[in-house]
Amino acid sequence: MVRKTIKVNYLARVEGEGAFKVVVRDGVVESAELSIFEPPRFFEALLRGRAYSEAPDITARICGICPVAYQMSSVHAMEQALGVQVTGPLRDLRRLLYCGEWIESHTLHVYMLHAPDFLGYEGAIDMARDHGDAVRRGLALKKAGNEILTLLGGREIHPINVRVGGFYRVPTRRELQPLAEKMKWARDAALETVRWVASFDFPDNERDYELVALSHPDEYPFNEGRIVSNRGLDITSDAYDLHFEESHVERSTALHSRLRERGAYLVGPLARYSLNFSRLSPMAQQAAREAGLGIVCANPYRSIIVRAVEALYACDEALRIIDAYQPPDQPAVQIEPRAGVGCAATEAPRGLLYHRYRLEADGSIAEARIVPPTSQNQASIEADLASFVGQWLDLPDDQLRHRCEQTVRNYDPCISCSTHFLRLELDRG
Amino acid sequence: MAAVRRKPRLAVWKFASCDGCQLTLLDCEDELLAVAEALDIAYFPEATRAAVKGCYDLSLVEGSITTTHDAERIQDVRRRSRALITIGACATSGGIQALRNFADVREYAQVVYARPDYIHSLATSTAIADHVPVDFELRGCPINKRQLVEVISAFLVGRRPVTPAHSVCIECKLRGNVCVTVAHGTPCLGPVTHAGCDAICPSYDRGCYGCYGPMESPNAPALSAKLGELGMGQRDLTRIYRTFNAGSPAFRKESERNGP
Repeated sequence: MVRKTIKVNYLARVEGEGAFKVVVRDGVVESAELSIFEPPRFFEALLRGRAYSEAPDITARICGICPVAYQMSSVHAMEQALGVQVTGPLRDLRRLLYCGEWIESHTLHVYMLHAPDFLGYEGAIDMARDHGDAVRRGLALKKAGNEILTLLGGREIHPINVRVGGFYRVPTRRELQPLAEKMKWARDAALETVRWVASFDFPDNERDYELVALSHPDEYPFNEGRIVSNRGLDITSDAYDLHFEESHVERSTALHSRLRERGAYLVGPLARYSLNFSRLSPMAQQAAREAGLGIVCANPYRSIIVRAVEALYACDEALRIIDAYQPPDQPAVQIEPRAGVGCAATEAPRGLLYHRYRLEADGSIAEARIVPPTSQNQASIEADLASFVGQWLDLPDDQLRHRCEQTVRNYDPCISCSTHFLRLELDRG
Repeated sequence: MAAVRRKPRLAVWKFASCDGCQLTLLDCEDELLAVAEALDIAYFPEATRAAVKGCYDLSLVEGSITTTHDAERIQDVRRRSRALITIGACATSGGIQALRNFADVREYAQVVYARPDYIHSLATSTAIADHVPVDFELRGCPINKRQLVEVISAFLVGRRPVTPAHSVCIECKLRGNVCVTVAHGTPCLGPVTHAGCDAICPSYDRGCYGCYGPMESPNAPALSAKLGELGMGQRDLTRIYRTFNAGSPAFRKESERNGP
């Protein structure tokens, strides 16, 4: 019996600390395990007893890469619990802020974390030696996304201007205008990005995923919509717990999220794109077609193109919002604390992010639950490894290991979102 | 012939954290390639697979110590680092996860996990300086990009970084902000909070929430009395000092003075 174990003990170019192990026996993949050794930080426990108004600032600290996603899911869940709705220009500004995070986060992943796999470099700084123009374009595009976050949120990481009910201070039309010029440049750079990544070589690997994303009748989803899938799931976020469950698996000791009825599923760019292609702007749709994407994409390696298309869409959408913006009368809707339960899912760059809170009468948090996207994608990441590794077994060890790493990086896993992740102890049986 | 001088080796380490402070280095979009010219980025797993083993001239450490494994790992990092600089509130005061220091971590584990017996976590989240000598601490949740570039530049020429230790109030004055507390009665931690953010919150009509931690010589009881006059009860006072720098001695003490 020939047994071979491929191990990477510290996965590079992902956010947070993770590792994986694939066991192959007689040419057959026996097991594939993604492990997370991010120390737990117990957010759901430490949120108890805090004021409802503190949730956006505290939950932002779950992830420095996608703090806006945590702020958005928390404010929407709180607003549902408190019986208020944020509409009009305040809603548009939230969408604009999310555009900034998508541009920043997607561009970081495309240029600095993922492209080096396709072009054969250890990282973007290496890659800059031969692809200096591309790396500089990536950095400038990332910066353009960050400028939205800085102007509207106060800073790039852990923005300070988001509150339950709206914002602390809203910009004037004039303050937003300089962003429009930046976004016009950014849109061109994003289009070039789509063309650049479309020229990479992609392994021909597709899988039949259950794709889960928000879907909204009028817009590509950021903040609102029903949770839908390509296998007939179509629910509001209130029904999330009826359809999804998390299990604490002894083998990996990380919480895995599954659909109660059908098991593993996939969230993130592939799912959003495949379920919402018709809601992309015409420019983004055209760029996707030219890049060779169909209206559905089930090849996880091509997620780099989908991220580039989504970044392009986010630039286009940011421009639309800035052009149409008329400042609201008040920076936030008035809130009266009350007891209640609220939940919401929004689209973090990496996929669906679900929050649920129960509040006491004085607005203190009695219970909190947070399901980050990477927790939901764990089962699909492992299934990808199990299903793809077999075809690469002839490769030398270091190349094989690199292919496995790339397969994990397809998901842009954000392991720092560690509310649900713990130390791994492998069962060696 | 003069010997070619080796570029100083930089390592970036992560402990319990959100990754935001190390991301700040990648957010230096205009400076990153120049930093990579001046320093050999020898270990930075978030950015590159390449890893140089051995010792490093400058280690940037993000995150707090929350496990026995990490308590051992930081000793190893210290041994292999000529200069060790902590970046951010987690590394400097334990971060938001230090709220466990005021609670029972076993109860926390039961709330979050179905099988708390699988969890191996220390009862406290502590700053790096509680475990090893630290050469410099850069404050903030997250750190400021401009200050990070200053810290790296100062290291390269062998001087102390210029990062003022005064309060956020001074930054408000420098920006010409109207005081949100005096003018609008908005509770603000600016008088006791370490400068470095450029007074972002008051510039957005919001009170400072102390994410840079205490300034050098804070008079927190005097501020609490003022906040009390503005209508904050004891519970709110405890909460306001107990966030991202809850583990810093000055904020911990003041939060405990106001509540359990």
